[in-house]
Amino acid sequence: MKKRIINRLPGQGAAAVLGLLPFLLLLLAYAWGSQVRLEANPEDKLLPALSSLAAAVERVALEPNRRTGELQLWADTAASLQRLGIGLAVASLLALVTGLATGMVPYVRAALAPFVRVLSMVPPMAILPILFIVFGLGELSKVVLVVLGIAPCMMRDLQQRVMELPSEQLVKAQTLGAHSGHILWRVVMPQTLPRLIDSLRLNLGPAFLFLIAAEAIAAESGLGYRIFLVRRYLAMDTILPYVVWITLLAFLMDIALRGVSRWAFPWFHQGKERA
Amino acid sequence: MAALLEVKQVWKEYGNSIVLEKLNLSVKEGEFCTIVGTSGCGKTTFLRMLLGEEGPTRGSLLLDGKPMPAEPGPDRGIVFQRYSVFPHMSVLDNVTFGLEVTRSPLLGRLFGAARRKARDEAAAMLAQVGLSHALDRYPSELSGGMQQRLAIAQALIKKPRILLLDEPFGALDPGIRADMHALVLRLWQESGLTIFMITHDLKEGFKLGTRLLVFDKPRLDAQAPNRYGATITYDLVIGRQEPALLEEIQGAVTETSRFNDQQ
Repeated sequence: MKKRIINRLPGQGAAAVLGLLPFLLLLLAYAWGSQVRLEANPEDKLLPALSSLAAAVERVALEPNRRTGELQLWADTAASLQRLGIGLAVASLLALVTGLATGMVPYVRAALAPFVRVLSMVPPMAILPILFIVFGLGELSKVVLVVLGIAPCMMRDLQQRVMELPSEQLVKAQTLGAHSGHILWRVVMPQTLPRLIDSLRLNLGPAFLFLIAAEAIAAESGLGYRIFLVRRYLAMDTILPYVVWITLLAFLMDIALRGVSRWAFPWFHQGKERA
Repeated sequence: MAALLEVKQVWKEYGNSIVLEKLNLSVKEGEFCTIVGTSGCGKTTFLRMLLGEEGPTRGSLLLDGKPMPAEPGPDRGIVFQRYSVFPHMSVLDNVTFGLEVTRSPLLGRLFGAARRKARDEAAAMLAQVGLSHALDRYPSELSGGMQQRLAIAQALIKKPRILLLDEPFGALDPGIRADMHALVLRLWQESGLTIFMITHDLKEGFKLGTRLLVFDKPRLDAQAPNRYGATITYDLVIGRQEPALLEEIQGAVTETSRFNDQQ
Protein backbone atom coordinates (compact mmCIF):
# COMPACT_ATOMS: atom_id res chain seq x y z
CA MET A 1 0.00 0.00 0.00
CA LYS A 2 1.62 3.19 -1.13
CA LYS A 3 0.75 6.40 0.66
CA ARG A 4 0.71 9.77 -0.98
CA ILE A 5 3.97 11.68 -0.53
CA ILE A 6 2.28 14.32 1.62
CA ASN A 7 1.26 11.61 4.10
CA ARG A 8 4.65 9.92 4.49
CA LEU A 9 6.50 10.97 7.61
CA PRO A 10 10.24 10.56 8.19
CA GLY A 11 11.30 8.86 11.45
CA GLN A 12 13.43 10.68 13.98
CA GLY A 13 16.73 9.31 12.67
CA ALA A 14 15.81 9.89 9.05
CA ALA A 15 14.77 13.46 9.83
CA ALA A 16 18.13 14.15 11.51
CA VAL A 17 20.07 12.74 8.56
CA LEU A 18 17.92 14.66 6.07
CA GLY A 19 18.40 17.85 8.07
CA LEU A 20 22.19 17.48 8.02
CA LEU A 21 22.33 16.51 4.37
CA PRO A 22 22.23 20.04 2.82
CA PHE A 23 25.05 21.15 5.13
CA LEU A 24 27.18 18.18 4.15
CA LEU A 25 26.45 18.73 0.46
CA LEU A 26 27.46 22.38 0.73
CA LEU A 27 30.70 21.41 2.49
CA LEU A 28 31.49 18.77 -0.13
CA ALA A 29 30.74 21.15 -2.98
CA TYR A 30 33.05 23.71 -1.40
CA ALA A 31 35.87 21.23 -0.84
CA TRP A 32 35.58 19.96 -4.38
CA GLY A 33 35.45 23.47 -5.90
CA SER A 34 38.38 24.57 -3.81
CA GLN A 35 40.45 21.57 -4.87
CA VAL A 36 39.72 22.10 -8.55
CA ARG A 37 40.66 25.79 -8.40
CA LEU A 38 43.81 25.23 -6.36
CA GLU A 39 44.98 22.54 -8.76
CA ALA A 40 44.64 24.99 -11.62
CA ASN A 41 46.26 27.86 -9.66
CA PRO A 42 47.93 27.26 -6.27
CA GLU A 43 47.79 31.03 -5.61
CA ASP A 44 43.99 31.15 -5.90
CA LYS A 45 42.40 33.11 -3.05
CA LEU A 46 38.71 32.72 -3.81
CA LEU A 47 38.10 29.25 -2.37
CA PRO A 48 40.88 28.51 0.14
CA ALA A 49 41.41 24.89 1.15
CA LEU A 50 39.71 23.74 4.32
CA SER A 51 43.15 23.40 5.90
CA SER A 52 43.98 27.06 5.27
CA LEU A 53 40.58 28.04 6.65
CA ALA A 54 41.40 26.10 9.81
CA ALA A 55 44.79 27.80 10.01
CA ALA A 56 43.13 31.22 9.65
CA VAL A 57 40.63 30.39 12.36
CA GLU A 58 43.48 29.37 14.64
CA ARG A 59 45.27 32.62 13.88
CA VAL A 60 42.30 34.94 14.54
CA ALA A 61 40.89 33.03 17.49
CA LEU A 62 43.96 31.90 19.41
CA GLU A 63 46.92 34.16 18.52
CA PRO A 64 47.16 37.78 19.67
CA ASN A 65 46.89 40.31 16.87
CA ARG A 66 50.32 41.70 16.09
CA ARG A 67 49.14 45.31 16.03
CA THR A 68 46.65 45.41 18.92
CA GLY A 69 47.73 42.41 20.98
CA GLU A 70 44.13 41.25 21.24
CA LEU A 71 42.65 37.94 20.26
CA GLN A 72 41.03 39.32 17.15
CA LEU A 73 37.97 37.09 16.77
CA TRP A 74 36.95 37.46 20.39
CA ALA A 75 37.53 41.21 20.46
CA ASP A 76 35.44 41.62 17.31
CA THR A 77 32.73 39.36 18.68
CA ALA A 78 32.57 41.24 21.98
CA ALA A 79 32.34 44.61 20.22
CA SER A 80 29.61 43.41 17.86
CA LEU A 81 27.58 41.58 20.49
CA GLN A 82 27.65 44.59 22.77
CA ARG A 83 26.20 46.81 20.03
CA LEU A 84 23.71 44.18 19.02
CA GLY A 85 22.67 43.44 22.61
CA ILE A 86 22.04 47.07 23.45
CA GLY A 87 20.18 47.55 20.17
CA LEU A 88 17.99 44.50 20.71
CA ALA A 89 17.25 45.46 24.32
CA VAL A 90 16.28 49.02 23.45
CA ALA A 91 14.19 47.89 20.47
CA SER A 92 12.39 45.28 22.61
CA LEU A 93 11.61 47.78 25.31
CA LEU A 94 10.32 50.32 22.79
CA ALA A 95 8.26 47.66 21.03
CA LEU A 96 6.78 46.40 24.28
CA VAL A 97 5.79 49.83 25.54
CA THR A 98 4.46 51.06 22.20
CA GLY A 99 2.81 47.77 21.32
CA LEU A 100 0.97 47.60 24.63
CA ALA A 101 -0.10 51.24 24.46
CA THR A 102 -1.29 51.18 20.86
CA GLY A 103 -2.78 47.70 21.19
CA MET A 104 -4.77 48.45 24.32
CA VAL A 105 -5.72 52.12 24.28
CA PRO A 106 -7.77 53.28 21.27
CA TYR A 107 -6.75 56.92 21.75
CA VAL A 108 -3.03 56.09 21.74
CA ARG A 109 -3.61 53.82 18.75
CA ALA A 110 -5.32 56.63 16.87
CA ALA A 111 -2.42 58.94 17.65
CA LEU A 112 0.56 56.63 17.11
CA ALA A 113 -0.34 53.68 14.89
CA PRO A 114 -0.27 55.58 11.56
CA PHE A 115 3.03 57.20 12.54
CA VAL A 116 4.63 53.87 13.43
CA ARG A 117 3.33 52.40 10.20
CA VAL A 118 5.00 55.13 8.17
CA LEU A 119 8.15 54.93 10.29
CA SER A 120 8.48 51.24 9.53
CA MET A 121 8.53 52.07 5.81
CA VAL A 122 11.59 54.33 6.08
CA PRO A 123 14.53 52.30 4.74
CA PRO A 124 16.97 52.35 7.68
CA MET A 125 20.02 52.16 5.45
CA ALA A 126 18.93 55.33 3.67
CA ILE A 127 19.17 57.32 6.88
CA LEU A 128 22.47 55.82 7.97
CA PRO A 129 24.44 58.90 6.78
CA ILE A 130 22.14 61.07 8.88
CA LEU A 131 22.81 58.85 11.88
CA PHE A 132 26.56 59.19 11.41
CA ILE A 133 26.22 62.96 11.18
CA VAL A 134 23.91 63.27 14.16
CA PHE A 135 25.34 60.62 16.47
CA GLY A 136 28.94 60.62 15.29
CA LEU A 137 31.00 57.66 14.18
CA GLY A 138 31.10 56.03 17.63
CA GLU A 139 29.08 53.24 19.13
CA LEU A 140 25.86 55.22 19.39
CA SER A 141 25.11 55.51 15.69
CA LYS A 142 25.49 51.75 15.19
CA VAL A 143 23.16 50.95 18.06
CA VAL A 144 20.67 53.51 16.77
CA LEU A 145 20.72 51.90 13.33
CA VAL A 146 19.91 48.49 14.81
CA VAL A 147 17.11 50.02 16.88
CA LEU A 148 15.63 52.01 14.00
CA GLY A 149 15.98 49.01 11.76
CA ILE A 150 13.92 46.59 13.80
CA ALA A 151 11.90 48.54 16.39
CA PRO A 152 9.15 49.88 14.09
CA CYS A 153 8.35 46.42 12.73
CA MET A 154 8.39 44.95 16.22
CA MET A 155 6.06 47.71 17.44
CA ARG A 156 3.58 46.91 14.70
CA ASP A 157 3.89 43.21 15.36
CA LEU A 158 3.31 43.61 19.09
CA GLN A 159 0.34 45.91 18.58
CA GLN A 160 -1.15 43.21 16.37
CA ARG A 161 -0.44 40.49 18.95
CA VAL A 162 -2.04 42.58 21.73
CA MET A 163 -5.12 43.22 19.64
CA GLU A 164 -5.39 39.52 18.84
CA LEU A 165 -5.97 38.62 22.48
CA PRO A 166 -9.59 37.46 22.71
CA SER A 167 -11.82 40.37 23.73
CA GLU A 168 -13.58 37.88 26.02
CA GLN A 169 -10.57 38.02 28.31
CA LEU A 170 -10.68 41.79 28.58
CA VAL A 171 -14.42 41.74 29.29
CA LYS A 172 -13.93 38.98 31.82
CA ALA A 173 -11.24 40.97 33.63
CA GLN A 174 -13.56 43.96 33.80
CA THR A 175 -16.36 41.87 35.26
CA LEU A 176 -13.87 40.78 37.91
CA GLY A 177 -13.39 44.41 38.92
CA ALA A 178 -10.06 45.07 37.22
CA HIS A 179 -9.23 48.60 36.06
CA SER A 180 -7.16 49.39 32.96
CA GLY A 181 -3.90 49.25 34.91
CA HIS A 182 -4.69 45.80 36.32
CA ILE A 183 -5.61 44.56 32.87
CA LEU A 184 -2.37 45.92 31.43
CA TRP A 185 -0.18 44.62 34.20
CA ARG A 186 -1.76 41.28 34.96
CA VAL A 187 -3.65 40.20 31.86
CA VAL A 188 -2.18 41.74 28.72
CA MET A 189 1.51 42.24 29.48
CA PRO A 190 2.25 38.73 30.76
CA GLN A 191 0.67 37.33 27.62
CA THR A 192 2.59 39.77 25.41
CA LEU A 193 6.06 38.84 26.70
CA PRO A 194 6.34 35.45 24.96
CA ARG A 195 5.07 37.10 21.79
CA LEU A 196 7.77 39.75 22.20
CA ILE A 197 10.37 36.96 22.31
CA ASP A 198 8.88 35.49 19.12
CA SER A 199 9.09 38.87 17.47
CA LEU A 200 12.68 39.31 18.65
CA ARG A 201 13.63 35.91 17.23
CA LEU A 202 12.21 36.83 13.85
CA ASN A 203 14.11 40.10 13.91
CA LEU A 204 17.52 38.66 14.79
CA GLY A 205 18.40 38.35 11.12
CA PRO A 206 17.55 41.97 10.25
CA ALA A 207 19.31 43.15 13.43
CA PHE A 208 22.54 41.45 12.34
CA LEU A 209 22.09 42.91 8.86
CA PHE A 210 21.95 46.46 10.18
CA LEU A 211 24.80 45.85 12.61
CA ILE A 212 27.14 44.52 9.92
CA ALA A 213 26.16 47.35 7.58
CA ALA A 214 26.93 50.01 10.16
CA GLU A 215 30.23 48.36 11.08
CA ALA A 216 31.21 48.01 7.45
CA ILE A 217 30.98 51.73 6.90
CA ALA A 218 32.55 53.16 10.02
CA ALA A 219 34.05 51.19 12.88
CA GLU A 220 37.33 50.20 14.48
CA SER A 221 36.28 46.77 15.62
CA GLY A 222 33.50 44.31 15.14
CA LEU A 223 32.67 41.32 12.98
CA GLY A 224 31.34 43.42 10.12
CA TYR A 225 34.30 45.78 10.32
CA ARG A 226 36.74 42.87 10.04
CA ILE A 227 35.01 41.32 7.05
CA PHE A 228 35.01 44.56 5.12
CA LEU A 229 38.57 45.35 6.17
CA VAL A 230 40.12 42.09 4.96
CA ARG A 231 37.98 42.16 1.84
CA ARG A 232 40.66 44.47 0.41
CA TYR A 233 43.18 41.63 0.49
CA LEU A 234 40.62 39.13 -0.81
CA ALA A 235 41.20 37.28 2.48
CA MET A 236 38.51 34.68 1.99
CA ASP A 237 40.22 32.54 4.62
CA THR A 238 39.11 35.12 7.22
CA ILE A 239 35.81 36.18 5.67
CA LEU A 240 34.32 32.71 5.36
CA PRO A 241 34.94 31.66 8.98
CA TYR A 242 33.56 35.03 10.13
CA VAL A 243 30.38 34.50 8.13
CA VAL A 244 29.98 31.01 9.57
CA TRP A 245 30.63 32.38 13.06
CA ILE A 246 28.03 35.17 12.69
CA THR A 247 25.50 32.65 11.44
CA LEU A 248 26.27 30.37 14.36
CA LEU A 249 25.89 33.25 16.83
CA ALA A 250 22.49 34.18 15.42
CA PHE A 251 21.42 30.55 15.46
CA LEU A 252 22.50 30.10 19.09
CA MET A 253 20.73 33.30 20.12
CA ASP A 254 17.57 32.04 18.47
CA ILE A 255 17.81 28.74 20.34
CA ALA A 256 18.53 30.53 23.61
CA LEU A 257 15.51 32.82 23.20
CA ARG A 258 13.30 29.85 22.46
CA GLY A 259 14.62 28.15 25.58
CA VAL A 260 13.95 31.21 27.70
CA SER A 261 10.42 31.44 26.34
CA ARG A 262 9.69 27.77 27.05
CA TRP A 263 11.11 28.02 30.54
CA ALA A 264 9.44 31.29 31.51
CA PHE A 265 6.11 30.88 29.68
CA PRO A 266 5.26 27.17 29.65
CA TRP A 267 1.56 27.93 29.18
CA PHE A 268 2.37 29.62 25.86
CA HIS A 269 3.96 26.51 24.41
CA GLN A 270 1.59 23.87 25.69
CA GLY A 271 -0.34 22.13 23.00
CA LYS A 272 1.49 23.70 20.11
CA GLU A 273 4.73 22.84 18.41
CA ARG A 274 6.73 25.80 17.27
CA ALA A 275 9.98 25.66 15.41
CA MET B 1 -40.23 43.30 45.29
CA ALA B 2 -38.82 45.79 42.83
CA ALA B 3 -37.40 44.41 39.60
CA LEU B 4 -33.63 43.94 39.39
CA LEU B 5 -33.59 44.38 35.64
CA GLU B 6 -36.12 46.42 33.72
CA VAL B 7 -36.15 46.49 29.92
CA LYS B 8 -38.58 49.00 28.45
CA GLN B 9 -39.31 49.29 24.74
CA VAL B 10 -35.70 48.59 23.77
CA TRP B 11 -34.63 48.68 20.13
CA LYS B 12 -31.18 47.85 18.87
CA GLU B 13 -30.22 48.85 15.35
CA TYR B 14 -26.95 48.76 13.43
CA GLY B 15 -27.34 51.19 10.56
CA ASN B 16 -30.36 49.97 8.62
CA SER B 17 -30.55 46.55 10.13
CA ILE B 18 -32.75 46.09 13.15
CA VAL B 19 -31.54 43.43 15.54
CA LEU B 20 -33.96 43.78 18.42
CA GLU B 21 -37.30 45.54 18.53
CA LYS B 22 -39.93 46.31 21.16
CA LEU B 23 -38.13 44.40 23.85
CA ASN B 24 -39.93 44.48 27.20
CA LEU B 25 -38.83 42.47 30.17
CA SER B 26 -38.79 42.66 33.92
CA VAL B 27 -36.64 40.27 35.93
CA LYS B 28 -36.65 39.94 39.71
CA GLU B 29 -33.69 39.11 41.87
CA GLY B 30 -33.02 35.39 42.05
CA GLU B 31 -34.63 34.41 38.76
CA PHE B 32 -32.85 31.98 36.44
CA CYS B 33 -33.70 32.99 32.88
CA THR B 34 -32.68 30.86 29.96
CA ILE B 35 -32.63 32.57 26.59
CA VAL B 36 -33.09 30.51 23.46
CA GLY B 37 -33.37 31.40 19.80
CA THR B 38 -31.58 30.83 16.51
CA SER B 39 -28.36 32.51 15.50
CA GLY B 40 -28.83 36.11 14.47
CA CYS B 41 -31.84 36.64 16.72
CA GLY B 42 -30.11 39.09 19.00
CA LYS B 43 -29.41 36.82 21.97
CA THR B 44 -25.77 37.77 22.10
CA THR B 45 -26.58 41.41 21.40
CA PHE B 46 -28.94 41.34 24.38
CA LEU B 47 -26.21 39.80 26.51
CA ARG B 48 -23.73 42.46 25.42
CA MET B 49 -26.27 45.07 26.48
CA LEU B 50 -26.53 43.42 29.89
CA LEU B 51 -22.73 43.47 30.11
CA GLY B 52 -22.68 47.14 29.23
CA GLU B 53 -20.64 46.61 26.06
CA GLU B 54 -23.50 48.01 23.99
CA GLY B 55 -26.31 50.40 24.76
CA PRO B 56 -29.86 50.30 23.40
CA THR B 57 -30.57 52.42 20.33
CA ARG B 58 -33.96 53.32 21.77
CA GLY B 59 -35.75 52.57 25.01
CA SER B 60 -34.29 52.10 28.44
CA LEU B 61 -32.37 49.38 30.20
CA LEU B 62 -32.46 49.74 33.97
CA LEU B 63 -30.45 47.87 36.58
CA ASP B 64 -31.90 48.46 40.06
CA GLY B 65 -33.87 51.37 38.64
CA LYS B 66 -30.74 53.08 37.32
CA PRO B 67 -29.49 53.11 33.72
CA MET B 68 -27.16 50.21 32.91
CA PRO B 69 -23.49 51.26 33.22
CA ALA B 70 -21.78 51.71 29.85
CA GLU B 71 -19.03 49.19 30.55
CA PRO B 72 -18.67 45.80 32.22
CA GLY B 73 -18.41 45.79 36.00
CA PRO B 74 -18.07 43.41 38.94
CA ASP B 75 -21.82 43.27 39.65
CA ARG B 76 -22.36 41.31 36.42
CA GLY B 77 -20.23 38.20 36.03
CA ILE B 78 -19.82 36.38 32.74
CA VAL B 79 -18.91 32.95 31.43
CA PHE B 80 -18.35 32.78 27.68
CA GLN B 81 -18.36 29.67 25.56
CA ARG B 82 -14.60 30.04 25.06
CA TYR B 83 -11.68 32.26 26.13
CA SER B 84 -13.21 33.03 29.52
CA VAL B 85 -10.14 32.12 31.54
CA PHE B 86 -6.66 33.57 31.50
CA PRO B 87 -4.29 31.10 29.79
CA HIS B 88 -1.18 32.48 31.51
CA MET B 89 -2.46 31.95 35.05
CA SER B 90 -2.77 28.70 36.96
CA VAL B 91 -6.25 27.55 37.97
CA LEU B 92 -5.79 28.97 41.46
CA ASP B 93 -4.42 32.29 40.16
CA ASN B 94 -7.33 32.62 37.75
CA VAL B 95 -9.73 32.66 40.68
CA THR B 96 -7.52 34.63 43.07
CA PHE B 97 -7.17 37.37 40.44
CA GLY B 98 -10.70 38.64 41.10
CA LEU B 99 -9.93 39.07 44.81
CA GLU B 100 -6.52 40.62 44.22
CA VAL B 101 -7.73 43.43 41.97
CA THR B 102 -10.26 44.64 44.56
CA ARG B 103 -8.03 44.23 47.58
CA SER B 104 -4.96 45.74 45.93
CA PRO B 105 -6.30 48.64 43.87
CA LEU B 106 -2.86 49.84 42.81
CA LEU B 107 -0.87 46.73 41.87
CA GLY B 108 -3.55 44.07 41.62
CA ARG B 109 -1.25 41.78 43.60
CA LEU B 110 -1.39 40.66 47.22
CA PHE B 111 1.52 39.60 49.40
CA GLY B 112 2.07 37.71 52.62
CA ALA B 113 -0.92 36.94 54.82
CA ALA B 114 -3.39 38.78 52.58
CA ARG B 115 -2.23 36.66 49.66
CA ARG B 116 -2.58 33.42 51.60
CA LYS B 117 -6.08 34.40 52.71
CA ALA B 118 -7.16 35.22 49.16
CA ARG B 119 -5.70 31.95 47.88
CA ASP B 120 -7.53 30.01 50.59
CA GLU B 121 -10.81 31.65 49.59
CA ALA B 122 -10.14 30.89 45.94
CA ALA B 123 -9.27 27.28 46.76
CA ALA B 124 -12.54 26.95 48.69
CA MET B 125 -14.45 28.30 45.68
CA LEU B 126 -12.64 25.86 43.40
CA ALA B 127 -13.54 23.01 45.72
CA GLN B 128 -17.20 23.90 45.17
CA VAL B 129 -16.88 23.38 41.43
CA GLY B 130 -14.79 20.23 41.88
CA LEU B 131 -11.39 21.51 40.80
CA SER B 132 -9.43 20.99 44.03
CA HIS B 133 -7.16 18.50 42.33
CA ALA B 134 -6.08 20.91 39.59
CA LEU B 135 -5.10 24.10 41.40
CA ASP B 136 -1.62 24.36 39.88
CA ARG B 137 -2.46 23.46 36.32
CA TYR B 138 -2.74 25.89 33.43
CA PRO B 139 -6.09 26.13 31.60
CA SER B 140 -4.63 24.54 28.47
CA GLU B 141 -4.09 21.38 30.52
CA LEU B 142 -7.78 21.19 31.44
CA SER B 143 -10.65 19.58 29.55
CA GLY B 144 -13.40 21.78 28.15
CA GLY B 145 -15.71 20.99 31.06
CA MET B 146 -13.02 21.78 33.61
CA GLN B 147 -12.27 25.08 31.90
CA GLN B 148 -15.93 26.05 32.17
CA ARG B 149 -16.00 25.03 35.85
CA LEU B 150 -13.00 27.27 36.33
CA ALA B 151 -14.70 30.15 34.51
CA ILE B 152 -17.74 29.76 36.75
CA ALA B 153 -15.64 29.72 39.92
CA GLN B 154 -13.75 32.75 38.66
CA ALA B 155 -17.01 34.66 38.16
CA LEU B 156 -18.65 33.55 41.42
CA ILE B 157 -15.73 34.53 43.68
CA LYS B 158 -16.77 38.15 43.03
CA LYS B 159 -20.29 37.41 44.34
CA PRO B 160 -21.92 39.17 41.39
CA ARG B 161 -25.62 40.01 41.53
CA ILE B 162 -26.12 38.79 37.99
CA LEU B 163 -24.35 35.92 36.28
CA LEU B 164 -24.40 35.88 32.49
CA LEU B 165 -23.75 32.59 30.73
CA ASP B 166 -23.18 32.77 26.96
CA GLU B 167 -23.71 29.25 25.61
CA PRO B 168 -21.39 28.02 28.34
CA PHE B 169 -21.89 24.31 27.65
CA GLY B 170 -22.26 24.45 23.87
CA ALA B 171 -18.88 22.83 23.24
CA LEU B 172 -19.16 20.09 25.86
CA ASP B 173 -20.01 16.39 25.61
CA PRO B 174 -23.61 15.53 26.55
CA GLY B 175 -22.63 13.65 29.72
CA ILE B 176 -20.45 16.50 30.95
CA ARG B 177 -23.22 18.92 30.07
CA ALA B 178 -25.62 17.17 32.44
CA ASP B 179 -23.03 17.43 35.23
CA MET B 180 -22.61 21.12 34.51
CA HIS B 181 -26.39 21.65 34.65
CA ALA B 182 -26.45 20.10 38.12
CA LEU B 183 -23.52 22.26 39.19
CA VAL B 184 -25.05 25.51 37.95
CA LEU B 185 -28.42 24.71 39.54
CA ARG B 186 -26.77 23.93 42.87
CA LEU B 187 -24.66 27.11 42.85
CA TRP B 188 -27.69 29.15 41.87
CA GLN B 189 -29.81 27.71 44.71
CA GLU B 190 -27.04 28.27 47.25
CA SER B 191 -26.14 31.79 46.23
CA GLY B 192 -29.48 33.36 45.28
CA LEU B 193 -27.91 34.84 42.14
CA THR B 194 -29.86 36.09 39.16
CA ILE B 195 -28.77 34.13 36.10
CA PHE B 196 -29.21 34.75 32.39
CA MET B 197 -28.14 31.82 30.29
CA ILE B 198 -28.06 31.79 26.51
CA THR B 199 -28.35 28.42 24.86
CA HIS B 200 -28.92 26.99 21.42
CA ASP B 201 -30.55 23.96 22.90
CA LEU B 202 -34.25 24.39 23.50
CA LYS B 203 -34.42 21.29 25.68
CA GLU B 204 -31.68 22.69 27.88
CA GLY B 205 -33.70 25.88 28.12
CA PHE B 206 -36.81 23.97 29.18
CA LYS B 207 -34.93 21.99 31.77
CA LEU B 208 -32.81 24.60 33.50
CA GLY B 209 -33.92 27.63 35.41
CA THR B 210 -37.20 29.26 36.30
CA ARG B 211 -38.03 31.21 33.21
CA LEU B 212 -37.62 30.70 29.51
CA LEU B 213 -37.28 33.61 27.10
CA VAL B 214 -37.55 32.81 23.41
CA PHE B 215 -35.93 35.37 21.08
CA ASP B 216 -37.42 35.11 17.62
CA LYS B 217 -38.42 37.23 14.66
CA PRO B 218 -42.20 37.50 14.58
CA ARG B 219 -42.13 38.92 11.06
CA LEU B 220 -40.04 37.50 8.25
CA ASP B 221 -39.74 39.55 5.06
CA ALA B 222 -37.76 37.88 2.28
CA GLN B 223 -37.39 41.23 0.48
CA ALA B 224 -35.92 42.98 3.52
CA PRO B 225 -34.66 40.38 5.96
CA ASN B 226 -33.12 42.96 8.27
CA ARG B 227 -36.12 45.26 8.31
CA TYR B 228 -37.69 43.49 11.26
CA GLY B 229 -35.83 42.65 14.41
CA ALA B 230 -36.23 39.88 16.92
CA THR B 231 -38.11 40.21 20.13
CA ILE B 232 -39.21 37.99 22.99
CA THR B 233 -41.93 35.79 21.49
CA TYR B 234 -42.42 33.49 24.48
CA ASP B 235 -41.86 34.30 28.15
CA LEU B 236 -42.66 31.16 30.11
CA VAL B 237 -42.46 29.84 33.61
CA ILE B 238 -40.46 26.64 33.45
CA GLY B 239 -41.84 23.40 34.83
CA ARG B 240 -45.50 24.14 34.14
CA GLN B 241 -45.58 23.73 30.41
CA GLU B 242 -47.08 21.15 28.11
CA PRO B 243 -44.70 19.19 25.85
CA ALA B 244 -46.86 20.38 22.93
CA LEU B 245 -45.67 23.93 23.57
CA LEU B 246 -42.05 22.83 23.21
CA GLU B 247 -42.96 21.43 19.79
CA GLU B 248 -44.69 24.67 18.83
CA ILE B 249 -41.73 26.83 19.82
CA GLN B 250 -39.34 24.46 18.13
CA GLY B 251 -41.38 24.82 14.95
CA ALA B 252 -41.41 28.63 15.06
CA VAL B 253 -37.70 28.88 15.81
CA THR B 254 -36.78 26.41 13.10
CA GLU B 255 -38.75 28.41 10.57
CA THR B 256 -36.73 31.52 11.40
CA SER B 257 -33.56 29.51 11.27
CA ARG B 258 -34.35 28.21 7.76
CA PHE B 259 -35.33 31.70 6.70
CA ASN B 260 -32.00 33.12 7.90
CA ASP B 261 -30.18 30.30 6.19
CA GLN B 262 -31.65 31.20 2.82
CA GLN B 263 -30.85 34.90 2.96
